[in-house]
Amino acid sequence: MSESKETKTRTIAVDLIARVEGEGALRVTVKDGVVQDVELRIFEPPRFFEAFLVGRHYDEVPDIVARICGICPVAYQMSAVHALEQIFAVSVEGALRDLRRMIYCGEWIESHTLHVYMLHAPDFLGYASAIAMAKDHPEIVTRGLRLKKAGNALMTLLGGRSVHPVSVKVGGFSRVPLRRELEGLKEELLWARDAAVETVRWVAGFDYPDFAQDYTFVALRPPDEYPFNEGPILSSGGVKISAVEFEHHFREEQAPYSTALQCRLNGASYLVGPLARLNLNHDHLSPLGKLALADTRLSLPLCNPFHAIVARSVEILYAIEETLRIIDRYEPPPSPSVPVTVRAGTGMACTEAPRGILYHRYRVDGDGLIREAKIVPPTSQNQRRIEEDLRAYLPSVLDLSNEQAAMGCEKVIRCYDPCISCATHFLKLDIQRDR
Amino acid sequence: MSDKNKVKPLVTPMRPKLGIFKFASCDGCQLSILNLEDDLLALGQALDIAYFPEASSDMREGPYDIALVEGSITTPEDAHRILSVREQATVLITIGACATAGGIQALRNWADVDAFKRAVYPSPQYIQSLSTSTAISEHVRVDFELWGCPIDKAQLLRVLTDLLAGVQPRLPTHSVCIECKRREIVCVMVAKGIPCLGPVTRTGCGAICPSMGRDCYGCFGPAEGMHEGPGLPPNTASLAKEFHQRLNLIPVEVLRRFRGINGAVKPFREESQAWERNEA
Ligand code: SF4
Ligand code: SF4
Repeated sequence: MSESKETKTRTIAVDLIARVEGEGALRVTVKDGVVQDVELRIFEPPRFFEAFLVGRHYDEVPDIVARICGICPVAYQMSAVHALEQIFAVSVEGALRDLRRMIYCGEWIESHTLHVYMLHAPDFLGYASAIAMAKDHPEIVTRGLRLKKAGNALMTLLGGRSVHPVSVKVGGFSRVPLRRELEGLKEELLWARDAAVETVRWVAGFDYPDFAQDYTFVALRPPDEYPFNEGPILSSGGVKISAVEFEHHFREEQAPYSTALQCRLNGASYLVGPLARLNLNHDHLSPLGKLALADTRLSLPLCNPFHAIVARSVEILYAIEETLRIIDRYEPPPSPSVPVTVRAGTGMACTEAPRGILYHRYRVDGDGLIREAKIVPPTSQNQRRIEEDLRAYLPSVLDLSNEQAAMGCEKVIRCYDPCISCATHFLKLDIQRDR
Repeated sequence: MSDKNKVKPLVTPMRPKLGIFKFASCDGCQLSILNLEDDLLALGQALDIAYFPEASSDMREGPYDIALVEGSITTPEDAHRILSVREQATVLITIGACATAGGIQALRNWADVDAFKRAVYPSPQYIQSLSTSTAISEHVRVDFELWGCPIDKAQLLRVLTDLLAGVQPRLPTHSVCIECKRREIVCVMVAKGIPCLGPVTRTGCGAICPSMGRDCYGCFGPAEGMHEGPGLPPNTASLAKEFHQRLNLIPVEVLRRFRGINGAVKPFREESQAWERNEA
């Protein structure tokens, strides 16, 4: 944090953004009271996944891409298996498709609850962390932890463990649960459903800054369900395409003032994630979800990034209800996976990671070896939009001290739940860190 | 391997100060800490969590009684930063495959990193990256290593509890196979002919993969002290031969089995390199 007295240039810096996954920093320069540069810097070291996937066998891909992000491994596994199945012309239907939705529900519950209770709510209630918050609000933090645990339990039953699940494969799973194992989760999920309703009510009562923005929302939009693994990509600006066409419309570019890759839709910024999904798919919520949303008295579309915590909470509720619906109709499939015949080709898929759409493209040769891989994570897509939000937000905090202004900016960034670990291909930045 | 994992009993203050540091990683091991759920608040009472940016914006300076380090060293800046973490820490514990063995990103160690950069980035000149991804122990002294990709949260809790009690923590180092036998899991290698790394992989997960009907891919790193004796590496050569001769894997497939999540750690590294030579 620095302020130069002699000129009217002022720098607002957050050297390490707290309560986000991964590591990033923010630098803002203000000259004569006007915001000049806003740079969200990602200094997560490059890990080169797209490069070392080349030469690996397709069946190793789910285990490898899970390691891109410990917070949303299922998202990486799901986009990968769907892209590969497109190449091999495999379709996964019925109970297996349901189980894939269900493990994704587990990840949404776990990841969203982590963000709502442990990373984001402390901002609204004025704490540095959930652990600090627990001293004054033990029952709330305990509720959050139990809710999160319900998501983990679901992932563990289906995937063997909640971080880097092991059962997901091209064609289905290596093992599917018995009916009674799923039934065993039901009681806790019924508790979780009530807790999720209370969560929506709780976060709707927070004090929100008045900060509506003009967003282009982008999310999957299947015809008759809330999106997880499939559906055309829809933008509120009228774009409707399949994942195969993703790279015709969405391009990763390098901003002149920053060295990090940013994805644009036909040249402009856009928003992915819970707000975008809810705005484009609220009609697919179940009656209880619709009721909980109506109860918040917020009117759609939600255009305030601070309301993302409400959208996230509504999605926790949806994911719990969807899981309960799937459990009730579950009949174990005849086999945990469908057979796969390898053939050469290129496949693309997009699924809804907790933080927004996640695109994968693979080219595979006749031996089933990966020849090319491309991965566009949600945070790279939202990055440009975060900077634009900050630009709009900054004038309202310029009169405050640097420290308070920086704190405000951090709050804007945290609304996005940016997952910087997903830095499959952010550029490394050369920055000085004050440590 | 053997002189590591010997922690001098910690002369603990009332509430030891804990710092959690991240290097190149996926955050999964830090998430495993947050996944302690039932025990998380108790942990927050027993330890003063002074530095954990992923979970708290209250970041306090060292020294720390215990430092947990996630992630591997992949940039010049991080190679420097780990020195200061070491300086500030009484006990330094690496958590997970990245910090303990270089992690999946160590696959670059066999590649031309400049070519990697060009493949992934449009402006590779901006990338500051070392040509290798290395374990923390290649840079500083490490007091205790916790394996796994991710770590097992129960093991972490146990190590912390032992340290708080002033006890030398110990974790089992035998292979996943023993766990399979204990849990009466049908062996996927014997029953289905799937090449499984369990015989040479360290226990800790409770044999998750075989219990899910598939092979172990070695995410807890090499076992030790089976037939060979404590501190000795597992017999990777004999397992590799089995893969090749009985399960008909071609050399490059054997190579890939060993060159995975923990590919950079010595026993696995050497085995994969042996099959690279076979391939040539
Ligand atoms: S399944 Fe793997 S780990 Fe289990 S006994 Fe067989 S070889 Fe060992
Ligand atoms: S069985 Fe092997 S790969 Fe699977 S979780 Fe355990 S150690 Fe990791």
